[in-house]
Amino acid sequence: MVKNIKLIAVVFLLIVSFFILLKGLNKTNNYSPKLNSSKIDFNFKAKFLYSDEESTLYELINDKDFSIINIWASWCLPCREEHSFLLNLKSLEKFNIIGINYKDNEINAKKFIKELGNPYSKIIVDPSGVNSIELGAYGVPETILINNNSKTILKKYIGPLDDKKLAELKMIIENEN
Amino acid sequence: MKIKILVLTIFYLIGSFNLTYAANSEKVDQISKNLRCLICQGQSVYDSQSDFALSMKILIQNKISEGKNDEQIYDFLKSKYGEWIVYDPEINKNTVLLWVLPLILFVFGAILIIRKVSIK
Repeated sequence: MVKNIKLIAVVFLLIVSFFILLKGLNKTNNYSPKLNSSKIDFNFKAKFLYSDEESTLYELINDKDFSIINIWASWCLPCREEHSFLLNLKSLEKFNIIGINYKDNEINAKKFIKELGNPYSKIIVDPSGVNSIELGAYGVPETILINNNSKTILKKYIGPLDDKKLAELKMIIENEN
Repeated sequence: MKIKILVLTIFYLIGSFNLTYAANSEKVDQISKNLRCLICQGQSVYDSQSDFALSMKILIQNKISEGKNDEQIYDFLKSKYGEWIVYDPEINKNTVLLWVLPLILFVFGAILIIRKVSIK
């Protein structure tokens, strides 16, 4: 009898762990955070790339209905790939695209913009990477869509933009309007 | 005499500065050991040398010098990156099994042992 109970217990545990692991298999490895608050509170001051003036990000996101914050660096290869998508977004003239130059050398950053074109209305620099952490960023490239009126984050893309993400971005702002 | 006092004061100032700095960086280490480096698998922020982790350590340092306590720093990071960033999971409906399972196993083991002993 005791032997039977043991056997049943072992089999039961195996079955339970099988299903737990099976469930784990279907989960994506790519972790993206569920935001507790999508309200933005960017009150840090940052310097512009093309001037010595400083500004808070909060002051920058006010002219249009939506803003896109793009974190990039000249040393980041995927940023090079997604650049054409940013230029495409700029041509829609619906957003205020703000670049955050992440842990970069200013000379290289300017070269990068000169070579590939400038989709940004403003570029601020983040040499220590702290400002990007305050935004909840993981690294480069990263794109955040913001509703300027409600000052909330609508969508966050980790990694380079592509056709699918671009289409989704356009859909989101159409639905918001 | 005056020079002696001056030199001593300077040494004292340097010493106390170093002490507060050391205390701060100890604090940073302590907090960053409890944070998961989100872009490097299986490492804490403390262990990692990735850009993400390095910036995170600077941020923690800044928050400490602003006078924030540990709890406020964890809460800030949780609000930005979600619960996953801290190693110590809170009890909620997703993690309840994690907390209760060891207890169940313990009780189960105890029952097995008691049975074995009492049979003898």
